[in-house]
Amino acid sequence: MMEKVYFRPAGIFDGTVTGFCPGCMHSSVCKIVCEALDELGQLDNACYVQGVGCCGLAVTYLNMDTVAAPHGRACAIASSFKRCSPETLVFTYQGDGDLAAIGLAETMSAANRGENFTVIFVNNGIYGMTGGQMAPTTLLGAKTTTTPYGRNEAEHGSPMHMCELINQLDAPAYIARVTCADVPNARKAKAAVRKAFQYQLEGRGFSFVEFVSNCPTNWGMSPLESLDHVHNVILKEFPLGEFRAK
Amino acid sequence: MAEKIFMKGCEAVAETAVRAGCRFFAGYPITPQNDVPEYFARRMPQVNGVFIQGESEVASANMAYGAAAAGVRSMTSSSSCGISLKSEAISWMAGANLPVVIANFQRGGPGIGTIQPAQQDYNQATKASGNGGFRMLVLSPSTLQEAVDMTWRAFELADKYSKPVMLLMDGFTGTMMEPVVLPEPLGEEQVAAIRASKTWAARGRHGGPQHKVMCGPGLDTRISQAQMNERDAELYESWKQTEVEYEEYMTEDAEIVVTAYGITGRIAKSAVGMLRAEGVKAGLIRPLKVYPFPEQAFEKLDFARLRGIVCAEMSIPAQYAEDVRNVVRGRTGIVTALSSGGEVLDRAQILEAARSLMK
Amino acid sequence: MEKSFITAGFGGQGVMVMGQLLSYTACETTDKYVTYFPSYGAEMRGGTANCYVVISDDPVGAPKVNQADYVVCLNDPSMAKFKDAVIENGTIFVNSSVVTIEPERPDVHLVKVDAGSIAIELGSPKCLNLVMTGAIIGYTEVLPAENVLQTAFKKLGAKRPELNPINEAAFRRGWEIGRAAREERA
Repeated sequence: MMEKVYFRPAGIFDGTVTGFCPGCMHSSVCKIVCEALDELGQLDNACYVQGVGCCGLAVTYLNMDTVAAPHGRACAIASSFKRCSPETLVFTYQGDGDLAAIGLAETMSAANRGENFTVIFVNNGIYGMTGGQMAPTTLLGAKTTTTPYGRNEAEHGSPMHMCELINQLDAPAYIARVTCADVPNARKAKAAVRKAFQYQLEGRGFSFVEFVSNCPTNWGMSPLESLDHVHNVILKEFPLGEFRAK
Repeated sequence: MAEKIFMKGCEAVAETAVRAGCRFFAGYPITPQNDVPEYFARRMPQVNGVFIQGESEVASANMAYGAAAAGVRSMTSSSSCGISLKSEAISWMAGANLPVVIANFQRGGPGIGTIQPAQQDYNQATKASGNGGFRMLVLSPSTLQEAVDMTWRAFELADKYSKPVMLLMDGFTGTMMEPVVLPEPLGEEQVAAIRASKTWAARGRHGGPQHKVMCGPGLDTRISQAQMNERDAELYESWKQTEVEYEEYMTEDAEIVVTAYGITGRIAKSAVGMLRAEGVKAGLIRPLKVYPFPEQAFEKLDFARLRGIVCAEMSIPAQYAEDVRNVVRGRTGIVTALSSGGEVLDRAQILEAARSLMK
Repeated sequence: MEKSFITAGFGGQGVMVMGQLLSYTACETTDKYVTYFPSYGAEMRGGTANCYVVISDDPVGAPKVNQADYVVCLNDPSMAKFKDAVIENGTIFVNSSVVTIEPERPDVHLVKVDAGSIAIELGSPKCLNLVMTGAIIGYTEVLPAENVLQTAFKKLGAKRPELNPINEAAFRRGWEIGRAAREERA
């Protein structure tokens, strides 16, 4: 008799096809999140606050309670939602434009208040859905549709490091940067997500997991090339690791 | 009868909200509505409610949205330029069918304006409190007792239609004090039952289907934007029959009709009394809701007898008067009595405008 | 019958408390209608503070009037600002201890109250507003004097009961001045 060793995680709708581009790590992040929730027995008790941008594509994909947020406001909405429903496991699912640009105030303020929910932050260094504009996390020199001559420090500033920024605050309980650009890192990523959720279940406060992700479409690379780019270039700017686990 | 209490408008609204089962409030400091968040900050912990001072007007309104998505009776308040910042969330509340009560204690404008009372946000409140062409029920009290009664009603209406409802106050009704009789508070069981009745609220699936609080169809292909908007358009249309609310005072034989809403409404009413004392047959039309606009009140008038209508409001340029003009369509003359920039409209202006019609 | 008041002075002179004593008394001890409206500026300290009180047998129409029946001026800036905000044949109450400006309104009555000096004499400069309140009540009889005094004990004495005797003495001194002015006018 054959044993089924690989299956679609519970929490992802049967039969749906992801709206994410081929090779985009958003799919893997969704899968990791669902597996972590499933392992913690929290799939049925979860509610996620959906950001705007590519992260919003997850809505057709994730079979769990959902509150859609205006662009950048996920952390404000998750704050009030969680305080009104402390028994529900709450996480936001946001990209870098959403979380670090238009939603920077909401992100930092929720972190500073130590709100007891989890942020899943997918950082691909670009605005994906709108066609590849510069994000706060775009690397210096990178050409985007709004930095056609490359991002330069004098005009655009340097990439923003959200884990490091949040790590300046007193309240946050758990801060980690991970990636699923390779299998060993994907395993570590899942452990980090589990840990973040566990922190929330224990009422320890704000937990933040940043995924260094890719955008083959807007980077103009094949999926494999984009993974190499993550390893060779992006991770030098955005080093992985656990910044805080208090 | 319950005891009358001498209360400030902001606090009367906040206390009534708590009694109506409001268990979430988020706000941001802005004059002249600071007594609202300050009151909730003291009061919410006493009823196991949640108060958050948001990092911005934008965040506060979105927090109110988040609490409503969890099924809790939820409120936010601000003043004029702060309401502009909240317009993003208000539009989302309308799109996502979330019941939230929003109070606007109007001050001067445009922009930051003066901190003193005004009624400069009429068009914003009744026509476009955000993008997307949605409409809201807009209640506007003239007295603090009305503010209390309307706050209670606002929560009921928000839940009834699962839509945001606006309480259009002004810096005057927010900061003045007047005796009020407060409603008996809902019991904790009733508050819990109201929340439980919102079966659409997100709470985790718990064996059931997914709860999705979404603004518009999003990526859901089962319903189109047009279908959703048609459903809302029908609702807004039905309000013109079911939700119109206004006060008529001495209009039966009136030759002059004074019309005004909110704080100006009570000033206008007393002006009508003074005109009557002078022998002028004056009457009053005072909308209690400024949306939907009380067209019926004006259609009923005997235009053959009427010498004209005085529209009084604390807005320059006139805004409310435009809606009156659109209903009256030239059947009688319209004059305005206006103030702005923190100057509360004086009764004398209304009297003068009315007398000009008698000449 | 409807009576409107504007009370004005420096922040810290107890202008708002005066208006509130009248308002609370009307609300809590009579069947009258009452409104109180504080006029505020952006400054947290200093500047001119003033409030509007309307006490009426019928529902109050305008809680803020440009022309009041009674204007109470505790300092010169208030006199300069509000001397023309009183109706013809109305009355201006003046804290004559510090107000030097003459209203130059032959059509209005003037009640001079040396409130600042009386307050100092009684041992508490802060009870100036009670002296003025007493004068207003003695002159206008808009509310029963004992009720206003009870409100003062309730609202001001709650935290500082030791001030009750001084506040009462201040109120009664003011009341005598107000009543004398009323009799003189009659």
